[in-house]
Amino acid sequence: MMFRSLLDQYPYFISTVLLALGIWGMFAKHNLMKKLIGMNIFQVAIILLFVSSSAKFGGTVPTFDTKIGVANPDLYVNPLPHVLMLTAIVVMVSTTGVALAILLLIYRRYHTLDEREILKRMREQ
Amino acid sequence: MNQLPVIIPVSLLMFAFLTFLLGIWRRSLAYPVATAGVTVSLVASVLGLMRVLQSGPQHYFLGGWAPPLGIEYVLDNLSAFMAVLILTVAFISMAYSRQTFLKEVPEKIVPLYSLLLLLLAGLAGIVVTGDLFNVYVFLEIASLAAYAVLCIGNDKAPVAVIRYVIIGTVGACFYLLGVGFLYFATGSLNMADVAGLLPGLYGSRLVVAAAVFIVAGMALKMALFPFHIWLPDVYTYSPSGVITFVAPLMTKVGAYVLIRMLVSVFSPNYLNESFPVTVALGWLGAAGIIAGSIMAIAQKDLRRMLAYSSVAQIGYVALGIGLANPLGLVGAMLHILNHAFMKGGLFQVSGSIRYSTGLWQIPHLAGLGRRMPWTMGAFTVAAISMVGIPPAAGFFSKWYLVQGAVYADNWVFVGVVLLSSLLNAVYFFRILEKVYTAPEAEHGGASLAKDPPMGMLVPMLIMAVGIIVLGIINAAIVSNILQPVADQIF
Repeated sequence: MMFRSLLDQYPYFISTVLLALGIWGMFAKHNLMKKLIGMNIFQVAIILLFVSSSAKFGGTVPTFDTKIGVANPDLYVNPLPHVLMLTAIVVMVSTTGVALAILLLIYRRYHTLDEREILKRMREQ
Repeated sequence: MNQLPVIIPVSLLMFAFLTFLLGIWRRSLAYPVATAGVTVSLVASVLGLMRVLQSGPQHYFLGGWAPPLGIEYVLDNLSAFMAVLILTVAFISMAYSRQTFLKEVPEKIVPLYSLLLLLLAGLAGIVVTGDLFNVYVFLEIASLAAYAVLCIGNDKAPVAVIRYVIIGTVGACFYLLGVGFLYFATGSLNMADVAGLLPGLYGSRLVVAAAVFIVAGMALKMALFPFHIWLPDVYTYSPSGVITFVAPLMTKVGAYVLIRMLVSVFSPNYLNESFPVTVALGWLGAAGIIAGSIMAIAQKDLRRMLAYSSVAQIGYVALGIGLANPLGLVGAMLHILNHAFMKGGLFQVSGSIRYSTGLWQIPHLAGLGRRMPWTMGAFTVAAISMVGIPPAAGFFSKWYLVQGAVYADNWVFVGVVLLSSLLNAVYFFRILEKVYTAPEAEHGGASLAKDPPMGMLVPMLIMAVGIIVLGIINAAIVSNILQPVADQIF
């Protein structure tokens, strides 16, 4: 029973593990680039959660197919989470871009990305 | 003219683009074009508010697709009120920002104004949309623009902002997770539709998880104690013109989303019974009021003191929402309005002091009261309002919050609000005493200080007069605009 539910729902478990991994990366690592990578893992976990929620056993691509017709919507996977995640991916790519630009600014001024080192130099100024 | 809801954010988006294009061609065009954009949007929001008060909520369906399939923009009492508030403060800050930008970051004016309009478009979009996922998209538009403009400061600003990027993104992702759970439970993203479907699903653990994630995400975005760690550094190191946009508006919109969820999606009774989300919010707010006020007393840097004071003030809003009764909710909404004016005014004053003297350490401000009479006059009015002395506006929102706490029989919250007024008095009167009675410092900057140019002085005085006017007309605002919002759910 336990094994069965694990098999049916493994994407959700993976996504939970990825969420935890991302949070750990963001708050336990001292290197700003690693924090950013943790943020990306966190975001990808949410994309995975949404996309796996739309899956149906035996469902196909959600474009109209004359052989299947429209009588039974269970034969198509749910397209809405995919559409939402396309938007979310755009948002997340922009966030990463802005964050990388900020990291570049920081690196040019302090020549390091280690948070403790940067904070030490900020206090010295 | 039922396109009013969509004109408010879209005109800002269009002018953000125009500002950039025309600004590249002639740099001097950036400021007038940006001001024109804010003006168009302000006029639309004022017309929208009048229309809402006359004939009820206005709906606009994007692309003609009716909800729940399409995206809906709604102007009702709450969103029209917030839109007018955001654009009024933005309009005043726009006038103020010109001189400070010319002095502090003259070569970056074109991208700055373009990004500021994008920031305002995001904020205005959040308040007018009636779609849960749309809120996330606008939240990120506003946040991304804010990250970029806040970075244009001194060498320390990017380090402060990267922390904001990470915490802000976690907040937005929590919100997205919450919306995802709501969607899994109901199959809809339209706020009104979800609200209609939820009562049948109130046993579902998914809905409880959704409420917890949304509240946690917004607590991160609005810098509710103990999630405020990013805020003081960001407010301290960014340009003083930018902070007059971000400090009064950015965190308030997080509070707006919470109120919107309480009013239009979940019902407060459900939230209280299933899982004590609002109770937790109220206690975090109370803790934030005390902690923020005490931290503010300990600061020597004027901007950092105002930042910690913002943490305390957002605590009042959270406390009002957490009370989950009509008086508390009205108090929270009124405090969003009052605090936007008070903190906008205070940050404008601190920017003006920096503009004319280059100072921000509180001990160095001695004797400025005689050198900069108008600036310090505006500061005094805002400080009196922060402490909560009538007829300044700050008194009335605290009055509603205390009444709400008494109504809920929560005497600890009553004590917290009263004690915090005392703490506010400690840190503001300390500055007033220094500014007006202490002998002039021998420090270089203060002896040459004078009031800033008209372009900065007039917006500050408008803020100060606005605080008094809001205090006088608060009864009209509450009974016409805010009370109906609270009545519709309790």
